[in-house]
Amino acid sequence: MTSPLSHSLPRWLGWIGLCLLIALAAFVTSGMGPFPIPYETIWRIWISPLDPSAAQGIDDTTRYIAVHVRLARVCLALVVGSALALAGAVYQGVLLNPLADPFTLGISAGAAFGASLCIILGWGGTLLGNVNPLPAAAFAGALGALYLVYMLGRMDGRLHATTLVLAGIVVSTFLSAWISLLKSLNEDSVSTIVFWILGSFSGKSWTQVAVVLPYLILGGTAILYYARELDILSLGDIQAQQLGVDVARVRFHLLLAASLITAAAVAVSGIIGFVGLVTPHLVRLAIGPRHRKLLPAVLLGGGLLVLLSDTLARSALPNGEEIPVGVVTAILGGPFFCFLLMHRKKYLQL
Amino acid sequence: MLPADAPEKIPATVVRVSDLWCGYGPDPVLKGISFGIHRGEFVGILGPNGSGKTTLLLALTGILSPSSGSVEIFGESLATLGPKNRARKMAAVSQDADVRFPFSCEEVVHMGRYPHQKRWRMDSPEDAAVVDRALEITETTPLAPRLITAVSGGEKQRVTMAKALAQDTPLLFLDEATSAMDIHRKLQIFGILERLNRETQLTVLAVLHDVNLAALYCDRLIFLKEGNLAADGPTASVLTPEILEELYQTRVRVYPVEGTDKRQVIFLP
Repeated sequence: MTSPLSHSLPRWLGWIGLCLLIALAAFVTSGMGPFPIPYETIWRIWISPLDPSAAQGIDDTTRYIAVHVRLARVCLALVVGSALALAGAVYQGVLLNPLADPFTLGISAGAAFGASLCIILGWGGTLLGNVNPLPAAAFAGALGALYLVYMLGRMDGRLHATTLVLAGIVVSTFLSAWISLLKSLNEDSVSTIVFWILGSFSGKSWTQVAVVLPYLILGGTAILYYARELDILSLGDIQAQQLGVDVARVRFHLLLAASLITAAAVAVSGIIGFVGLVTPHLVRLAIGPRHRKLLPAVLLGGGLLVLLSDTLARSALPNGEEIPVGVVTAILGGPFFCFLLMHRKKYLQL
Repeated sequence: MLPADAPEKIPATVVRVSDLWCGYGPDPVLKGISFGIHRGEFVGILGPNGSGKTTLLLALTGILSPSSGSVEIFGESLATLGPKNRARKMAAVSQDADVRFPFSCEEVVHMGRYPHQKRWRMDSPEDAAVVDRALEITETTPLAPRLITAVSGGEKQRVTMAKALAQDTPLLFLDEATSAMDIHRKLQIFGILERLNRETQLTVLAVLHDVNLAALYCDRLIFLKEGNLAADGPTASVLTPEILEELYQTRVRVYPVEGTDKRQVIFLP
């Protein structure tokens, strides 16, 4: 309705197109890297669950890299991107703030701080049997940051869009400094600090996918449950309440769910900025602001965006060295953020 | 908007306010107000700035909780009604019709169906029919595909009115709901409300600044002053120079309107 595209094309075509695009990006990126795999081989490995004879003659190393390194990384990029973008859409909808996302609100930094504190204290491996406490620590950090930003943002009684983002930047910078300090006190390598502050999927496997996915499913379901309420919240608190929305409860649940999935994503990937900010805006421009369509589209779009950024991160440098994916999203997202700020009258109603 | 058999099920007393004290901080804005509204009444709430009109509407819709006293809606205490249940009984149109994201006007009107909808379901054909009718009545059908962020203030208020009608409630509150409309649209909207009031027994409670608009459409007026009830009665008996001069501290003439039983007010410098 906002886009001429939605008039001329049937709606399902967009969804199928998005899914195909993701599959294509996953396919292309799977062949790339210091150990190149021919695309024909990747295709045969991919279809081998359906047709076991297809993978005959492929050596175990190739098969291992294709499935447990490349495909795992693709899936991690997808779930992390989906989680961050979905959280961004919720923060923007709940706080009525077009500049809100896990990164600008300092939630990501809070999660990273919680996770690194957990590692420094030596709980990084396993606590309580087989449970990994890292996501829980990240979640505590995320909630702490959210609380702090919320309190700072409403010091003069009302929640102002710009004050909230300023508070987010303050909290984010402060916590990033603490993360660096913690790491240097621990004589940890600089690269690990860079990992937390700039985010990376380097050396990750199915384990990390398995950590994020349950939180994404749980949090995502809770968020979709409130899709109608998210629409109505854009009318402001009073009108939403007069329409029968229990505003305080809905807002609390949504912020909790968004922070939960942010925390899970940050716990495995470090801080990846701007995905949560950019994706909802792009999707809103394409298909309008209705959350029942917006949220699923943001889920796919965020995954695709991070997957593409990670592909770029892996392939931009000539010698097979990697750039942290957070650097790529920041380099691409920064100018977009500036664009939004400059045209805020038109796009943001700020 | 209501089915023909609905009015019989609605109790005769729609709103009962008893000794209502209410405000924002330690200082009460409303100081012990009591009144009742019957089914099918068209009531105007008038008074100078700061007399507590908006506070009263916020208390009646459950946004503000009274510090003492009670509000009953259709015989049930407002405090015990759940939010969705409340929204099926009463709709409110406030002055502020701002929407923060670029929804289409039709999507905004659809939001009015929220209290009638179940989770995980798509909008029903009934929802679509009620929305179409609300758009039609308020003559906002041409606005339907346009973005709410791109229409004028008066158009936004008409869409908000359509949303309230789509909520399909037997009780409707208005707070300066036509303030940004031109005269023609104001009269049109109030004409629509008057018709719904007559045909479906829709009870209307409207906070107004415009005394003359109230004089044309309301059959009962409640005057507030400094948080107290200054006067309450049929328009014909309370729209008098004595009451208005006392209320607004301004010299007033009241003239009959030719060919009707209505009156209009002129304020003198």
